[in-house]
Amino acid sequence: MEFIVNNFNYWIYVILMMIGLFAMIAKNNLIKKLVGMTIFQTAIILFYVSIGVKGEGATIPILSYEQVHGTHHVEEADHAGEDDSHHAQADLPEIDARTITNPIPHVLMLTAIVVGVATLGVALAISQRIFHFYGSLDEDVILAKIQKGDG
Amino acid sequence: MVEQFPILIELCPLFGAILIAILGFRMPKLCYPITVLAMALSCAAAIGTFMMMLASPSGTVIYDLSGWGRVNDTAISIEYRVDALSALMLVLISSVAFLNVIYSKVRVAQETPSKIPHFYILYLLLVAGLEGITITNDAFNLYVLVEISSLTGYALIAIGSKRAVISSFNYVIMGTIGASFFLLGVGYLYIKTGTLNMSDIRSIMEAIPDDSKAIKVGFMLIMIGVWVKMAFFPLHGWLPNAYAYAPTATGALMAPLVTKVMIYIMIRMMLSVFGPEYVYETLGWTDVVVTLSTIAIVAGSFFALSRSDLRKMLTYIIVAEVGYMVGGAWLANSQGMTGAIYHLLSDALMTFCLFMVVGIVVSRTGDPKLTAFQGLYRKMPITMVGFTIAALSMIGLPPTCGFFSKWYLLRGGIEAGQYHYVGALLFSSLVNAVLFFRLIEMAYYHGAHAHGEPIRDEDHEQYRMHGADPDSQPKETLANAPWSMLGPMLVVAIGLIALGVFNSTVTEWIGQVVANLNVLEGAN
Repeated sequence: MEFIVNNFNYWIYVILMMIGLFAMIAKNNLIKKLVGMTIFQTAIILFYVSIGVKGEGATIPILSYEQVHGTHHVEEADHAGEDDSHHAQADLPEIDARTITNPIPHVLMLTAIVVGVATLGVALAISQRIFHFYGSLDEDVILAKIQKGDG
Repeated sequence: MVEQFPILIELCPLFGAILIAILGFRMPKLCYPITVLAMALSCAAAIGTFMMMLASPSGTVIYDLSGWGRVNDTAISIEYRVDALSALMLVLISSVAFLNVIYSKVRVAQETPSKIPHFYILYLLLVAGLEGITITNDAFNLYVLVEISSLTGYALIAIGSKRAVISSFNYVIMGTIGASFFLLGVGYLYIKTGTLNMSDIRSIMEAIPDDSKAIKVGFMLIMIGVWVKMAFFPLHGWLPNAYAYAPTATGALMAPLVTKVMIYIMIRMMLSVFGPEYVYETLGWTDVVVTLSTIAIVAGSFFALSRSDLRKMLTYIIVAEVGYMVGGAWLANSQGMTGAIYHLLSDALMTFCLFMVVGIVVSRTGDPKLTAFQGLYRKMPITMVGFTIAALSMIGLPPTCGFFSKWYLLRGGIEAGQYHYVGALLFSSLVNAVLFFRLIEMAYYHGAHAHGEPIRDEDHEQYRMHGADPDSQPKETLANAPWSMLGPMLVVAIGLIALGVFNSTVTEWIGQVVANLNVLEGAN
């Protein structure tokens, strides 16, 4: 039970993904398939956003004025997660990496959202063309028309 | 300038696409020359990169985008890395795309006269995506480029006929599932390693215990993703219709390249990211995957036998050929891997050549069925030269490269003791022999006058004798297939023979590639 509660966002991602997959495969209406596709992609975005989370007290990756210029924070230093590169740049203060959420998965998801929107756009354009040609968005109707040689 | 070659490979088609978007809609005549120029430059840059790779002592060319510098010899930004395998793929992709642009001239104007700029913009973007996939060393960047090439591919297919639109929709659904699984897999790798740079993932993963579930799930998701995208047998549903109903030039570009590039991703993931010891020894999936590819080969061949539509038949042969390469890569020995990479090259050229031939035949005779080939040796001798060479290569007869690549796959299969795979390869060769000798026989003996009326040479003689205006002749005649279509086809046909004749050089070289990727030392 604790396992489920502690990782509930991962469980939700799996459930959303299954809903999306089901809609993509089982639904007859092409637009419903696309809705499923969007849910599917959103599930993955949720998964990536969850990766970046770092427990209690972690914050956004923006340094406050005190962190950069204040002196009293500098001594508490050098935790295991710190990168060596910070030593090279002497001007910057030491930051505990555990207090900052990982921004990279979130940034990656900006790109993935763009990809998802583009995919949806192409798919909607294609379904518009399908409607133009076949006069229907229902897969069964379209298949029946193709079988009759109207394809 | 020289050190910028790796990025120029991709920038040339990209800027070509932008240029067409600006100029092409007002001046459709400019589209074709711009595309040819962009692809020629891209091809030149690919060859230049190949030379750079050969000249560099480490055998790799590394290019950091946007110059963020490096920490502990790992790029901070996205890294482009060209090693021997990717250099080979880059030359293959850019030259196939270049030849296909030349080929496309007449057909695009015939099939989709109102969409010429659209076609060429999408074409260039697709090629840029495929080249990016081979050159990038960043796992997330790889996903984005896969989606770029897929999105443009969906649109290129949907430009075609009514049936093409509906098959393109199925491709969107399947392709998105595949790409999303791949993205999820990359996510699992990122959780475990904290990096997206592929060589970096590899070095960090060596410290992770082998029984890590996250790595296993990540590997599984990535494999399922690329298998969907490459149409590996049970997941092949989208491919035949999409490629068969697509416009000619689209089919001739996507059929040889897209599936092969996905196989390249699979090989790259297996060797460079997860490492051969992990894939072949720790996981212990080799038997299962080789069995799956056996099924793929047999099933693809059966479906190919049952089709009467020329392009449908070819697409099912592609499904079988995907089985060849997946099986070869999973045989877990260097013979099989060499065979798989060699077959990657030769199959790309064979499929390309056959799609070009079929495009010419279908456009000239107007008949998409196998019967279109009746009596063609007399009517279209030059086209049939190309067809014969490609068909012999598909069957696997010695002077052509199809024989040698299949030979290595067979040797790998015997060495690994996977006799069902060996049997499937031989069975599929027999099926190909039946399919293609049927066509050759039809073209050589049958109904030399079946498609008679406007087409026969005698008719041309009559036109000339009666002093008819030559412009009043029907333009769609067999005799005058334009050189812009015949030329690229003949070049590829010669390439098929050259790749076969110089097989010892090629395989020695691929063998080195495989050895450099430190495949299979100790494995098997």
